Amino acid sequence: MAEKKIRLHMAERSVEERVKDFNEVPQGYTPEQAIEEAKRCIQCKNPLCIKGCPVEVNIPVFIKLVAEGKFAEAAEKIKETNALPAICGRVCPQEEQCEKECILGKRGESIAIGNLERFVADWARKKPSPAGHKATLLSQRERVAIVGSGPAGLTCAGDLARMGYQVTIFESLHVTGGVLTYGIPEFRLPKAIVNLEIEYVKSLGVEIKTDMLVGNVYTIQELLKEYKAVFIGSGAGLPKFMNIPGENLDGVYSANEYLFRINMMKAWQFPEYLTPIKIGKRVAVVGGGNVAMDSARVSLRMGAEEVYIFYRRTQEEMPARIEEIKRAIEEGIIFKILTLPVKYHANASGWVSEAECRQMELGEPDASGRRRPVEIPNSDFRIQIDTVVVAIGNLPNPLIPQNTPALKTEKWGGVIITEEGLTSIPGVYAGGDIVRGAATVISAMGDGKRAAKAIAALLD
Amino acid sequence: MNRIIQKNKINENIFRIVIDAPHIARAAKPGQFVVVVPTEKAERIPLTIADFDREKGTITIIFQIVGATTKVLDSIPAGGEIAHLLGPLGTPSHIENYGTVVVIGGGVGIAEIYPAVKALKAIGNEVITVIGARNRDLLIFQNELSVVSCQLLVTTDDGSAGRKGFVSDELKDIIASGKKIDLVLAVGPVPMMRVCCEVTKPHGIKTVVSLNPIMLDATGMCGACRVQVGGKTKFACVDGPEFDGHQVDFADLVARLKPFKDMEKRALDHVCRLLGGK
Ligand SMILES: Cc1cc2nc3c(=O)[nH]c(=O)nc-3n(C[C@H](O)[C@H](O)[C@H](O)COP(=O)(O)OP(=O)(O)OC[C@H]3O[C@@H](n4cnc5c(N)ncnc54)[C@H](O)[C@@H]3O)c2cc1C
Ligand SMILES: Cc1cc2nc3c(=O)[nH]c(=O)nc-3n(C[C@H](O)[C@H](O)[C@H](O)COP(=O)(O)OP(=O)(O)OC[C@H]3O[C@@H](n4cnc5c(N)ncnc54)[C@H](O)[C@@H]3O)c2cc1C
Ligand code: SF4
Ligand code: SF4
Ligand code: FES
Repeated sequence: MAEKKIRLHMAERSVEERVKDFNEVPQGYTPEQAIEEAKRCIQCKNPLCIKGCPVEVNIPVFIKLVAEGKFAEAAEKIKETNALPAICGRVCPQEEQCEKECILGKRGESIAIGNLERFVADWARKKPSPAGHKATLLSQRERVAIVGSGPAGLTCAGDLARMGYQVTIFESLHVTGGVLTYGIPEFRLPKAIVNLEIEYVKSLGVEIKTDMLVGNVYTIQELLKEYKAVFIGSGAGLPKFMNIPGENLDGVYSANEYLFRINMMKAWQFPEYLTPIKIGKRVAVVGGGNVAMDSARVSLRMGAEEVYIFYRRTQEEMPARIEEIKRAIEEGIIFKILTLPVKYHANASGWVSEAECRQMELGEPDASGRRRPVEIPNSDFRIQIDTVVVAIGNLPNPLIPQNTPALKTEKWGGVIITEEGLTSIPGVYAGGDIVRGAATVISAMGDGKRAAKAIAALLD
Repeated sequence: MNRIIQKNKINENIFRIVIDAPHIARAAKPGQFVVVVPTEKAERIPLTIADFDREKGTITIIFQIVGATTKVLDSIPAGGEIAHLLGPLGTPSHIENYGTVVVIGGGVGIAEIYPAVKALKAIGNEVITVIGARNRDLLIFQNELSVVSCQLLVTTDDGSAGRKGFVSDELKDIIASGKKIDLVLAVGPVPMMRVCCEVTKPHGIKTVVSLNPIMLDATGMCGACRVQVGGKTKFACVDGPEFDGHQVDFADLVARLKPFKDMEKRALDHVCRLLGGK
């Protein structure tokens, strides 16, 4: 069989069509396309791809099953290690994980592992669920409490439930899913998919209590009296601001507030939903990560006419996923690179009206290996805008550490854990963004899995 | 859960509801609040825990109908359920024996001071409570507060009850009488809190205010509630809502309360249509 060097891309909706709504942009493979792409995999004896996956999905085996048209079996195979494949297939930074390691990438294009994973999960979702995956409830074992219903908490809960533990998730918001629900917008991750994955975790016997802010309602110490172990997956919910003049003007939002209002509170359906959001004609989003891309693309869909990204380095240093940057550019987002806002000005009614920015240039590489942005003197310029979204990052949620003096944290707020995920308090584990700072869905899931294993070992 | 087990009308616009919420009653402290989402499509709004009963497992909320979501909340009758209720939130009031404390409540803030008055008195403070409203019909909680305060002073803008004037006039007089005041706690409309701070500042009397910026998650995740205190940005939902009033930038607070005004009107019109012009 002649080895094909070029991967098969998914069909995408046209720019004109997609910027008018919140529906998904890529359309997924057809079964024929999936089989064709899967056949490119050379089934390595020593598959490097698996090493690139934080939850070690058995990639060659599931891809072989796809190539043979055995989609149900492929789905089973993936679910052995990854409870949320429809989500990971969509939002994993595959180009830096599984696909980066794929051997074919050295001589051509790597296998589209993420696209295949997404295809298999979507295919399985549309079929009645196979009997093998009904919760095989073992004799009820000890009770475990999970804080947060993001990917870290859901994964840890799912794994423990499958082992027969009685699991309760405490979630502070009135909706479940963490960033999957309130952060990542519908056009990139449909909420119907997130909800199905959450239903699956519930079908394993996991109880989810919403509107429960741990630290305030129950402290970690109180939970330890009722539960044999606790896993903290409370995420990186603390928004950073730049602390520049004018940042408190009306019309300046943190990305969290912006996305919260739109995704979680459904402000795009105002006034049927009562939460308001006000977006002007010219929106500036500050930052260069996934959060910034999402905020910019949401702005377009909310009716903004011109949307800028202000980023202090260049496109090459942007931490956002390459394909999302590509889609943002296609949709007409204007990239103002090497641009640092230093002050916002207001109009007569106190609403933000102008951004004063400084021109930057790239200097020597910094600790992260990226070239450091340096200010160019006397280079300030102004751009008229009427909405600003600050998307320069999030820090670990400080609430639980503040209420739990015995919980050791790094200076920047991350909870300190051992290799196994154990914190400084016996019986209390942590993982995901509360430990890593803003990271990825799959690393949060990997942490949840590892902690589940450690908790099971502890309780055995 | 979250069932409204009792509902009373206090006046035309202000209602008291008692909600079954044992986990909140168990943990609640004076100065804390809850987030209420009356129905799935409503906003998340913050409301102070005006009282709690650990034994019965209930909390009491006093709310004033000002817009769409409070209107929706009012449409839920006794026996009905609130879709979502989260709390207790915020940093509790700092309750200690200061000596003499003047607690000031204005408008619906009168209800919000009740738990603090009770706790301050219980720990041994001499508590002088001052409450004020536009007219006598808007005065609430007078009986309850007179029971738990050492002294209760009443003002109305039009003189229909108590002294004609503002709560700040009463505050000025107490200071002028030469009485030593160790702490002032002021809860109410922003202009009232600002004036109280202006009155106490020259005398160096520590003054705590309870800020009410717009909130969204109320768990420290969005920054909508950011306020300027002592030149620093604070999130009122977790760092507050109580702050040292002499450090608060009130102008910033006022500006940040208005961005959605026109939309709030549209939302209210929408809700009124849905509820049949009720
Ligand atoms: C807009 C946006 C886009 C992103 N895009 C991508 C992407 O494309 N690919 C990718 O891999 N990653 C992406 N990320 C990052 C990714 O979503 C996170 O790394 C991941 O969700 C972290 O998972 P987690 O479970 O640790 O925390 P979270 O998903 O943040 O979940 C934490 C949960 O805990 C709850 N909680 C917090 N405190 C408490 C408490 N005291 N008591 C009870 N509950 C509490 C929170 O409400 C939340 O629901 C994105 C993030 C954002 C914001
Ligand atoms: C910590 C705190 C405690 C409070 N306690 C009480 C209380 O015990 N009783 C009471 O009657 N009111 C209280 N409030 C005010 C109450 O939250 C608002 O009246 C309510 O949110 C109005 O919602 P609405 O949709 O009915 O009106 P809207 O039409 O939305 O708003 C009317 C006005 O209320 C304010 N407001 C609007 N949305 C919010 C929001 N999400 N958060 C805060 N303020 C908002 C704005 O100034 C707005 O102009 C408190 C506010 C805070 C921050
Ligand atoms: S879970 Fe993510 S990293 Fe792992 S194989 Fe799937 S797409 Fe790749
Ligand atoms: S490294 Fe690439 S080619 Fe090899 S097994 Fe993995 S996906 Fe297939
Ligand atoms: S309301 Fe969101 S941080 Fe305070």
